[in-house]
Amino acid sequence: MNLTQNTTKIYFDVASIRKDFPILSRTVNGRPLVYFDNAATTQKPQVVIDAITKYYTHQNSNIHRGVHYLSQVATQAYEDSREKIRAFINAEKNHEVIFTKGTTDGINLVANGFGRKFIGAGDEIVISELEHHSNIVPWQMLCEEKGAVLRVAPINEVGEIVMEELLKLLSPRTKLVAISHVSNALGSVNPIKEIIKKAHDLNIPVLIDGAQAIQHTKVDVQDLDCDFYVFSGHKLFASTGVGILYGKEEFLNKMNPYQGGGDMIKTVTFEKTTYNELPHKFEAGTPHIEGGITLGTAIDYVNSIGLENISAYEQELLEYATEKLSQLEGIRFIGTAKEKASVISFLIDGVHPYDLGVILDKMGIAIRTGHHCTQPLMQKFNIPGTARASFAFYNTKEEVDVFIASVIKAAAMLK
Amino acid sequence: MTIKEVQEEIISEFDMFDDWMGKYEHIIELAKSLPLIKEEYKLSENLIKGCQSQVWLHAEMDGEKLVFSADSDAIITKGLVALMVRVLSGHTPDEILNSDLYFVDQIGLKEHLSPTRSNGLVSMIKQMKIYGIAFKSKQGH
Repeated sequence: MNLTQNTTKIYFDVASIRKDFPILSRTVNGRPLVYFDNAATTQKPQVVIDAITKYYTHQNSNIHRGVHYLSQVATQAYEDSREKIRAFINAEKNHEVIFTKGTTDGINLVANGFGRKFIGAGDEIVISELEHHSNIVPWQMLCEEKGAVLRVAPINEVGEIVMEELLKLLSPRTKLVAISHVSNALGSVNPIKEIIKKAHDLNIPVLIDGAQAIQHTKVDVQDLDCDFYVFSGHKLFASTGVGILYGKEEFLNKMNPYQGGGDMIKTVTFEKTTYNELPHKFEAGTPHIEGGITLGTAIDYVNSIGLENISAYEQELLEYATEKLSQLEGIRFIGTAKEKASVISFLIDGVHPYDLGVILDKMGIAIRTGHHCTQPLMQKFNIPGTARASFAFYNTKEEVDVFIASVIKAAAMLK
Repeated sequence: MTIKEVQEEIISEFDMFDDWMGKYEHIIELAKSLPLIKEEYKLSENLIKGCQSQVWLHAEMDGEKLVFSADSDAIITKGLVALMVRVLSGHTPDEILNSDLYFVDQIGLKEHLSPTRSNGLVSMIKQMKIYGIAFKSKQGH
């Protein structure tokens, strides 16, 4: 029995969803675009594009300051969005949702606001081998400044964090655990709930880098009980340059502000400044207002399809593509964790990933090649990089078929 | 042949291909057919690291002429490296410094010289010219 054909369950009408994303109907190098670089950034639905136009056509004004009509309209739209984000991640309080520039900015905020206050000489920060540079470098910088130590939990050969090794690293010296929810290079879904629980048993707070999870799976920060959760808007179908730091109120209140400036103050004299309340304490300067608004719009859009449906459909695409790719001669998958998001990193014997990326691009197919900002991870596997295909819910099995046929053709050219 | 004449030769060579596939197959052939650099020169000090692919470049003087040999771990980059070496190697440092590599644009491969490609090629061309300056000053002119 052939189970790979025609077994797609109907989660939603993909054809009609594709029409919501205008960019998907364009061609690249004379071929219909096949966009498989969703782990880098996602495409935007028309409602998000319209929200940007609407903002600058009807609502543009600075927020939180003006008494005039437009300022109130813009403030309302921005704050409505914060509430939608709160509900989306099930944060308890609205002011635990801090607007940032993105995941990297959120991690740097915590490294500065939390790290510089609570981490000192000899203290330890625990991360894992599969972290993105954004969840390595800010901690390294902090450790260098404070004389603290960065401890790295290893992964096994399939790309899963070795739990017993991670647990061995936790000690009274550990002041923070910072782990990604989903690996950007391998797709591994990490057992964050268990990690949070074990860390909390020792009173260690935990930051979760959710950049590669928030678009694929339901995140409930109260159920996870994480102390910080960061993600980017642009990987969730909203604008670039905007993201979210969720933090528990108790930590956010204890932390120092990251940046000084407008909107984050209560009173300023040349002698002493007192800081504004949450969330404004961490939102210095005029923010990316329409970006923040589009994040709410994107969440409405995602909710209208349903994250459960998105997740189930993407898993089908992942399985379908993995099965098809595994039939190729000389294929090697990098990252075969039991639980994976819709990301496939692979190599083909005798073919450099860069060359494969160049030829696929000529065929209208966008994938990512290189080290994916995870150089230590690539060193671990002793490879220069990988080719990575990552899927979103607007991708189709037909696109996977085009991709596979193109990979075969490219490999024949390059070998 | 002058640097200009070699470039004209490459341009007419690529004129034979009317689609991208032919061009790329030719580049790949160039990469496969040429022994580019001696293993002993594949040293870390000769390595130009790109984010996507890496290039090794070695330079030495042969009389008045500067001779390059180079290699890359990616085959398309290696083919383009071979073209650069073919154009610039065996000329005086002055000729190399004054050269304008217009052939890349003419054969429709300009995108590979975009800094965002990060394939090591742009840095390699810069390094070739730096060798030109270095050997020129060594000659004491």
